[in-house]
Amino acid sequence: MTGWSQAIAAPPEPAVEEPQTLSGNRGLVIEEPLLFEQGVPGRCGVDLPEPPAFRSRLGGLERRAPIGLPGLSEPQVVRHFTRLSQKNYAIDAGIYPLGSCTMKHNPRLNEKLARLPGFADIHPLQPLSTVAGALELINTLAHWLKTLTGMPAVALSPAAGAHGELCGIMTVHAALDARGERRRRILVPESAHGTNPATAAACGYAVEAIPANKRGRVNVAALKAKLGADVAALMLTNPNTCGLFEDEILDIAEAVHAAGAYFYCDGANFNALVGRVRPGDLGIDCMHINLHKTFSTPHGGGGPGSGPVALAASLAPFAPLPWVVHGPDDLQLVEHAEGAAAQALGRLKGFHGQMGMFVRALAYMMSHGADGLRQVAEDAVLNANYLRARLADALSLPFPGACMHEVLFDDRFLRDTGVTTLDFAKALIDEGFHPMTMYFPLVVHGALLIEPTETESKESLDRFADVVIGLARRARAGGAAAFRAAPRFTPRRRLDETGAARKPVLRWRPGAES
Amino acid sequence: MRYLPLTPPERAAMLATIGAGSIDDLFADVPTAARLDGLLDLPRAMGEIEVERRLAAMAAKNLPAGSGPFFLGAGAYRHHVPAAVDHLIQRGEFLTSYTPYQPEVSQGTLQYLFEFQTQVALLTGMEVANASMYDGATACAEAVMMAHRVTRRNKAVLSGGLHPHYRSVCETYARFAGAGLAAQEPAPRGGEDLATLIDAETSCVVVQNPDFYGEIRDYAALAEACHERGALLVVIVTEILSLGAIVPPGEMGADIVAAEGQSLGNALNFGGPHLGLFATRDRFVRQMPGRVAGQTVDADGRRGWVLTLSTREQHIRREKATSNICTNSGLCALAFTIHLALLGEEGLTRLARLNHAAAVAAAERLERLPGVRLLNDSFFNEFGLSLPSPAAPVVERLAERGILAGVPVSRFYPERAELAPLLLVAATELTTAEDIERLANGLREVLP
Repeated sequence: MTGWSQAIAAPPEPAVEEPQTLSGNRGLVIEEPLLFEQGVPGRCGVDLPEPPAFRSRLGGLERRAPIGLPGLSEPQVVRHFTRLSQKNYAIDAGIYPLGSCTMKHNPRLNEKLARLPGFADIHPLQPLSTVAGALELINTLAHWLKTLTGMPAVALSPAAGAHGELCGIMTVHAALDARGERRRRILVPESAHGTNPATAAACGYAVEAIPANKRGRVNVAALKAKLGADVAALMLTNPNTCGLFEDEILDIAEAVHAAGAYFYCDGANFNALVGRVRPGDLGIDCMHINLHKTFSTPHGGGGPGSGPVALAASLAPFAPLPWVVHGPDDLQLVEHAEGAAAQALGRLKGFHGQMGMFVRALAYMMSHGADGLRQVAEDAVLNANYLRARLADALSLPFPGACMHEVLFDDRFLRDTGVTTLDFAKALIDEGFHPMTMYFPLVVHGALLIEPTETESKESLDRFADVVIGLARRARAGGAAAFRAAPRFTPRRRLDETGAARKPVLRWRPGAES
Repeated sequence: MRYLPLTPPERAAMLATIGAGSIDDLFADVPTAARLDGLLDLPRAMGEIEVERRLAAMAAKNLPAGSGPFFLGAGAYRHHVPAAVDHLIQRGEFLTSYTPYQPEVSQGTLQYLFEFQTQVALLTGMEVANASMYDGATACAEAVMMAHRVTRRNKAVLSGGLHPHYRSVCETYARFAGAGLAAQEPAPRGGEDLATLIDAETSCVVVQNPDFYGEIRDYAALAEACHERGALLVVIVTEILSLGAIVPPGEMGADIVAAEGQSLGNALNFGGPHLGLFATRDRFVRQMPGRVAGQTVDADGRRGWVLTLSTREQHIRREKATSNICTNSGLCALAFTIHLALLGEEGLTRLARLNHAAAVAAAERLERLPGVRLLNDSFFNEFGLSLPSPAAPVVERLAERGILAGVPVSRFYPERAELAPLLLVAATELTTAEDIERLANGLREVLP
């Protein structure tokens, strides 16, 4: 999910004079040059034998020029990446309340199981007789996802949430093609993730924004006015990115279906519903699920993810290849558009999907069980509402009433303080917290979107809330300069994003200044 | 439940703070008809012991590649990954961080992405690379879409030597984007004259090197033909390790390189997660899809890194973005970066030589078998064999003996009888002389 600012970094404050170290290091924060600045020719971090003499069969296309890779030993490489790791914030280290990102604890059992040779060391094109357990795992995961969503089919190959969106909208397109209908528009609420309109456009649709109402939900009257014979789908996030449940959803679904369109749900916020509400019962035809959010496969600093798509019966025949189906005796892998899969979309990625993520997600589901998953949704919603209650007086709530798994504030509490949402977020970093999502959704001014998730303890929430309240007080007490100078205690202070984009330096080059 | 910290008294206290009577009050916006009162029909919570037992039982029903002679490739390769790689990528600061939106607390991720981009650019011989795509096949489709944007033309010519999954992904993407494709028939023996297919509507020609059947070609002349007619040359690499041994696409004049990077640092994983690589020329960078890390300075003038050129991306540009991609393959890119850092120039080129040597040994042994013909004039670590009988049943019979012999081309093209005898065989640094001997003996026994 998006969570970063379009705002330009504030100009640097005159730096407060600080004692400088000789090395540039500051205690545990150690300056680390690029790999390319520390290699020595002839050094190597692996020991490989020299091959026996053989006749080259490269067709005369042997590489002639050196590649330019640095030579490092194993201890150097281990040290390099260990030092880099120490410059990252992580859920392992503290609360990571990025709204719409669902940064929850990543159980290490799941890492262990994904590395079993029977899962990690199998090739996607082995004879099916040698991968029966892999198909069983995929089928079991599909069963859990179908049961949790209340939908009859699930496409597992999409590699991330946005890829799942692509899958879903392509499926809608294919279903409309099969009906002989060419519809040209997709409706997307203005609070939607940027991936939604980008996906619709990638599938050749015109995007029309639906405004929000005063309650932070879709303006149903405006939606109905835009619905018509030319609308292919509505893409709705529920709970939406204001952290609110679309309480008119049944009415919305009915209107969408009456117009002959499909109802796509962005399932990024499924964590609020899992085990308590089935999207299939809300009239949804199609929903992607981020296994790397709700089902805790690690985000890994930006992937890999996995974005299975739950499908209604009307869309299931168009699910992309491959399919795992029940044969007469065993599970089978359908890799070609034939038989029941004759209308299937072609492939959306190579091979069969993010197996490594499937193992982790299934281990997570089995660990929680039906009872634990329901508790996940309840605790996620409880934690968000607890923060809402604790912060309501110190910050400013744009929408009254209970939230779901995340709570949205706007920047009215900073009015006339000279402190922006960005400054506030950077000050939180100095206090040892990862900031919330900033400036998103776009439907309120200076948004701060907080999603604590169910894996935060009450003590952790209280510590976070105490600091946020204290910072809000400090901002109102006239501390703007200190906010604009934040963060001070990080490996780097505010970075010049404008300069980076204006004159892009996207790789190291020999002789480049260090 | 071991992952859930709240206790019942804490929940009650928190509800009191909120002013809610019960948890149900917080779900009051959900229509009554859609509220589940009881539990779904799924198993109840399990401890580590039970979960591990059940998943290990599933894993045990699979035959791991490491359990015997193994010769599969076709876009996914089994290599040795140094132990340090998996240790480092499991550091929680890498594993459990998000996309680096707050650069001051994400310099670790941003610096390795910058290093990754540099490595990919060096390896492919290109000027610039992004911070990864989902996999090679989706990177290929994105390359085609990018070529359409750059040239404002609408037809991509796909070589018959392109991996069939890559072709299929291109077709899926193109169908809905309204893009035109001229996909050539499977070409196990090459012989395509792609230059003659370039016309005023051609956005790009997409070739694979080594191609799906393992053959290595020089595409410099094709690059020239493309450029003369205003089209781009897209080169696909499904075995990135090959670039440790052969002329990189950048030197041949490629405009975009889309590749699969799984071979470095990443396990087979039954096909995913893998690692899409994407590299191009500086002048096209603003049409490039995906995330990219860039160098800048902080408020104190010190060098640092940020995500940059985000005005191409969905979270800023929405429906005008160059791609809808958001989450990509960050941790797989880290594994690639660490593995390549360990190898360095000397290790990578030696590893590539070892792979080629193993494949040469396998080819020389197998082509001596009666009725077996080597398809290739040249190859890196994978080649095609024509068997005297359909390859798929042969592979099945050898699997029963614990030998994973290769990939039958019929797995991709079941309807094409002429391709049924073709078997793709890959060998890597993990292939031993004994493995090759066992495959040769096994083939002799099961072939007619």
